[in-house]
Amino acid sequence: MSAEQASRPRIGVLAVQGAVSEHEDALADVGARTSRVRAADDLQGLDGLVIPGGESTTFGLVAGESGLLDALRARIDDGLPVLGTCAGMIMLADGIAGGGPQPLVGGMDIVVRRNAWGRQVRSFEADVAVPVVGEPPMRGIFIRAPWIESAGPSVEVIAEHGGHAVAARDATRIVAAFHPELTGDRRLHRMFVDGVRERGAGQQHEEDTVVGAQ
Amino acid sequence: MNDDVAGNGAQGATGTDAVKAGLARMLKGGVIMDVVDAEQARIAEDAGACAVMALERIPAEIRRHGGVARMSDPEMIMGIQEAVTIPVMAKCRIGHHVEAQVLQSLEIDYIDESEVLTPADEASHVDKRAFTAPFVCGATNLGEALRRIAEGAAMIRTKGEAGTGNVVEAVRHMKTITQGIRRVVTSTAEERFAIAKEMAAPLELVEWVGANGRLPVVNFSAGGIATPADAALMMYLGAEGVFVGSGIFMSEDPPARARAIVEATTHWDDPAVVARVSRGLREAMPGIEIGELGEAGLLQTRGW
Repeated sequence: MSAEQASRPRIGVLAVQGAVSEHEDALADVGARTSRVRAADDLQGLDGLVIPGGESTTFGLVAGESGLLDALRARIDDGLPVLGTCAGMIMLADGIAGGGPQPLVGGMDIVVRRNAWGRQVRSFEADVAVPVVGEPPMRGIFIRAPWIESAGPSVEVIAEHGGHAVAARDATRIVAAFHPELTGDRRLHRMFVDGVRERGAGQQHEEDTVVGAQ
Repeated sequence: MNDDVAGNGAQGATGTDAVKAGLARMLKGGVIMDVVDAEQARIAEDAGACAVMALERIPAEIRRHGGVARMSDPEMIMGIQEAVTIPVMAKCRIGHHVEAQVLQSLEIDYIDESEVLTPADEASHVDKRAFTAPFVCGATNLGEALRRIAEGAAMIRTKGEAGTGNVVEAVRHMKTITQGIRRVVTSTAEERFAIAKEMAAPLELVEWVGANGRLPVVNFSAGGIATPADAALMMYLGAEGVFVGSGIFMSEDPPARARAIVEATTHWDDPAVVARVSRGLREAMPGIEIGELGEAGLLQTRGW
């Protein structure tokens, strides 16, 4: 990774459907370059990935058909850092509680519950303490949001609300049930992109990052 | 826009602007499909719809049926809510406060105050600020969109001409809104007072558009989309997603067409994908030339 790439890593945003531009704005604010991921080829040269909010069933179906889902799984299993919010958290979970089968990326040792707080009239916003990003609490916007029902030993829960885990991380993944991209608070995006930078600094020059370099 | 009606749920503040407009942000890039029963709702969900609109008759049938078109039977709406996990929207008549309250009590995810139904009030739309459930409203130009947003709409869709399978009015309305935004952006602070008066829109919203170059809420396209290429065209023109009403379930092969329109909406700027998904879809819904409808046959002129 060149010095420029290390300071301004290239983060892909899954752009099948959902709140894509909001994440692009947030990533730009913390010094990352962004590109949209709609097909497997779009994964080339990425230093990290964001899976945004949207409808997880739409993500799974559209990305599944084109082979993108398999390609995502392979890259993420291979250590590509990823941030998932709301539907993005669902896509990264190893399992869904109480729901039917739906195509996922999987790989993170958590089980989530979809629409856990109820339908849209029960969607809410509230202050959520996220100690790893410091004080003050983040303003959590929960929209037909999931929660984390259970998490395995590889996973650190980094925020709780109403007695439920609502954000977590493992070695390469950060997930949140709420939407920091809808607020001006960039601390979670900064934590993610800083992690990508650190990983890049400790890494060899990889062939696909050369292909993707601008 | 305001948070006057924000309530306090068990977990935090419900019905805030951020929560209401936020759901529309999550729908972006997606396709919202009209469905009349649970089976159609499942077909829509399995095709990748990001939401469904529950209604008793799709707009083309409403046209054929004539008479007064009203809010759908709650039982039918609840059946659809049970059938799918994606958001469920439903329509109330323009200005029908109580139909909107009924839909909110059913925990509908988005209320469409829609010109497709027969208006209940010729002078006023619903005061949407008074609801926890978010509203989407139709618009044909920037002034109309900003009036609806001032009333509390958390999402806008172009009206187009529903039930025709003819995209020409959706195109007109999307371009008219975009041109309106461009005009506000290039205007001076003094000129914006006159624009607000001319558009019959609140000055502060005109000024917001001038500063930001877009509507304050998400803007979808609706009214006449019948093919994958139609959906891609509306995305090309700046729509943030599409509603497809009659276009899917009036066609010969609804599951395949639904799926193709979803793919074309995601990959709107890749003609090879739009070509691939358009192959072998069988017949689209029969279209109607707008001129044949006459003034009285237009739905888009309902509301102000």
